[in-house]
Amino acid sequence: MHEMSLAESVLEIIENSAAQHGCTKIHSVWLEIGQLAGVEVEAMRFCFDAVTRGSIAEGAQLEIIETPGMGRCLNCGKSIHLNERYDLCPECEMPVEVTGGTEMRVKELEMT
Amino acid sequence: MCTSCGCGGGELKIGGKPHRHDQGELRFRRPNHEHGHEHSHEHSHGESLRRVRVEQDILAKNNAYAAQNRGYFASHGIFALNLVSSPGSGKTTLLTRTIEGLNGKVPVAVIEGDQQTSFDAERIRATGVPAIQINTGKGCHLDAHMVEHALQELKPAAHSLLFIENVGNLVCPASFDLGEAHKVVILSVTEGEDKPLKYPDMFAAAGLMLLNKVDLLPYLSFDVQKCVEYARRVNPRIRVILTSATSGEGMDEWLGWLRARGA
Repeated sequence: MHEMSLAESVLEIIENSAAQHGCTKIHSVWLEIGQLAGVEVEAMRFCFDAVTRGSIAEGAQLEIIETPGMGRCLNCGKSIHLNERYDLCPECEMPVEVTGGTEMRVKELEMT
Repeated sequence: MCTSCGCGGGELKIGGKPHRHDQGELRFRRPNHEHGHEHSHEHSHGESLRRVRVEQDILAKNNAYAAQNRGYFASHGIFALNLVSSPGSGKTTLLTRTIEGLNGKVPVAVIEGDQQTSFDAERIRATGVPAIQINTGKGCHLDAHMVEHALQELKPAAHSLLFIENVGNLVCPASFDLGEAHKVVILSVTEGEDKPLKYPDMFAAAGLMLLNKVDLLPYLSFDVQKCVEYARRVNPRIRVILTSATSGEGMDEWLGWLRARGA
C-alpha cells in the first residue's frame, strides 16, 4: 500500500530536520492529512510505526491532524464541506471543484 | 534499499537490472522549507525540548523528481502520458493497437511498469518501438525517481510520444506525479460503471478516460451514460473516449487526441 512510501518520505523529512537542528531524538510528530488526500489514517499510523523502528523517531508520539475536505460549487459558487470527492452541492446537486482537504504535510516536530 | 535516494526496497529492477546508483548521476537536492522555530524550555533528561515547524509536503521529494522529468520532456519536445487502470483493462493491447495506428509517423517510446515479468515490454518491442520494463518487486506504483532512471536507459528520441504504462492499480498511482502531461485512466466495460465513484482519486487525477472493450457491450448490462456521469461528477473536466482495441472503435478519436497532444 502506498502509505508505506509516504511513511518513508515522512521519516526522511524528519531525519533531515533533526540533522539541521543537531538533534538526535524525535519525541513528537505532527502530520496534516487532508480528508480527501486518499490516505487511510490507520494505515499511515501502522506504516509510521513500522518504518521508524530503529530510527531516531522510534517511539515518537504521532499526531495526525485531519483537515476537512472543501469544495466550491461550479454552478452557484458556494463553498461547501466535502466528505467525499464526489459529493454534490446540496443546493444545486451539481459537481464541485475541490478547494481543500488534499494536503499531506509534516507540520511540526518536537525533538532533543 | 538504495541508501542514496531511499528508493528500490532492494527488489526494484529497471530493464532487468537491479537498481544501482552510478557515478556522475544527477543528485536530488532536497528543498529546504524549514523556517523559524520556538524554543520550549520543558526539560527532558536535562536537554531542552525543541519544537520545530517543518511545513513540508510529504510528496515534495517525488514532486521534485517529477518536475525534473517534466523539464526534461519540455526541453526534448516529448509528450508524456501516464496510463493508469486496474490490471486487465486492456492497456497493453490498446497501446500496441495505438502504435499500429500511428504508423511510424511519430516517434514512440514506452516505459512499462509491473511488479514482475517483462511480458509487456516484450510485446511493445515486438511492434518495433523501444520499450523498457520497470519491475517494482513488491511496489504498487511507479514513482518519478524510477521513471527518471528508466529515461536514462531508454533515451527517447526528441519529439516522441512517451507512454508510461503504470502498475495495474486503481488506487496508489493517483498520488504519484511522474512528470507526465496527463494521466489517462483506462476503464474497461467489464469492470462495472460504478468504478469512478469507488476510486474517485484516480478519476479526479486523470485528464482523459478511455472506456475500453466497448465491442463487448452487447453481452453486458453496462450503463455507459451512468459511468460517464460518475466520472464527470468526480472530475467535471475529464474528457471521455469510448474505445475498442479489438474492433477499432474510437481509435481515430484517440489517435487524433494524441496527435493534437491533448489539445
